[in-house]
Amino acid sequence: MSRNKQEEDPRINGIKTKIRVVPDFPKKGIMFQDITTVLLDPKAFKDTIDLFVERYRDKNISVVAGIEARGFLFGPPIALAIGAKFVPLRKPKKLPGETIFEEYELEYGNDRLEMHVGAVEAGDRALVVDDLIATGGTLCAAINLLERVGAEVVECACVIELPELKGRQRLKGKPLCMLVEYR
Amino acid sequence: MFAAENGLKGDPRLEAISAAIRVVPDFPKKGIMFQDITTLLLDHKAFKHTIDIFVDRYKDMHISLVAGVEARGFMFGPSTALAIGAKFVPLRKPGKLPGKVISESYELEYGHDRLEMHVGAVEPRERVIIIDDLVATGGTLSAAISLMESQGAEVVECACVIGLPEVKGQHKLKGKPLYVLVEPSGLDEF
Repeated sequence: MSRNKQEEDPRINGIKTKIRVVPDFPKKGIMFQDITTVLLDPKAFKDTIDLFVERYRDKNISVVAGIEARGFLFGPPIALAIGAKFVPLRKPKKLPGETIFEEYELEYGNDRLEMHVGAVEAGDRALVVDDLIATGGTLCAAINLLERVGAEVVECACVIELPELKGRQRLKGKPLCMLVEYR
Repeated sequence: MFAAENGLKGDPRLEAISAAIRVVPDFPKKGIMFQDITTLLLDHKAFKHTIDIFVDRYKDMHISLVAGVEARGFMFGPSTALAIGAKFVPLRKPGKLPGKVISESYELEYGHDRLEMHVGAVEPRERVIIIDDLVATGGTLSAAISLMESQGAEVVECACVIGLPEVKGQHKLKGKPLYVLVEPSGLDEF
């Protein structure tokens, strides 16, 4: 499968250097990839959004779905720039009105992702956005939600990939675009 | 203060924004007419108008930082920050931000909650805008203002898409100006 990594673009390194790694969060042994430091650098944040916008602006994307909560930081700016709707995919009970849900596995137990009924229509071309892909469980749940209502998931877009967790293989054959990998 | 009273009277964009907001009765509990902005996010034009109005207002005010309150403040804050060249800082529920944080507690109807911010995200004398989707009692925004001021920053204004009746006629929150685009939709019908 093609890696879709923007290897040559000089903006990538600038973004990578702004990501802060916080050891042992949320628990011991995890090297947490903190993107809030990217948001503190207007150029790095703009470059991040620009890289995705340049990739998707001519792909007729009608909906950008962002995964709560860090997907909400990147998804809306991308949606606005490419002329797409933005749909938040949320933890249970946050969305008012009628929702559908998809369960996914955590290390211990399950969680759910919810989407509003009617937000996405059959035939919509969708992009799923999150800050990071780890095991791919949440992204897979997002793909399922979108496909259940008849949308076509064109690609998943993440700022960071943890390739050793092989999340890329759990995307039901959908391609992944990421900017920075962390090993 | 409401945008319509402050230079945008009759602006058709405000009408479009208001019309795009959906009211969901009895959420999260009976009697509450929930102002759902997700339908605004589905209307690309109206969503763009929302951001454009904030950007037009703040782009020449030398704002160095936009703070957004989790989670719906995240849907409006970053785009505004990007367009005016400011930093964006997320203000989050407890336990979400890695690294060192400071926190401020605020009252809920029953009990308390806390808002956290990263240490070092905001520097002294920064000029700050705080953004959220809606202001009701102002409790959360007051906590956000306290967090900013504890770091020596100056809160220039708080900006919200929707302002509930409690804030109508209130131009300031904790002494800081409050800027609101629209009143709640659909209250007259019930």
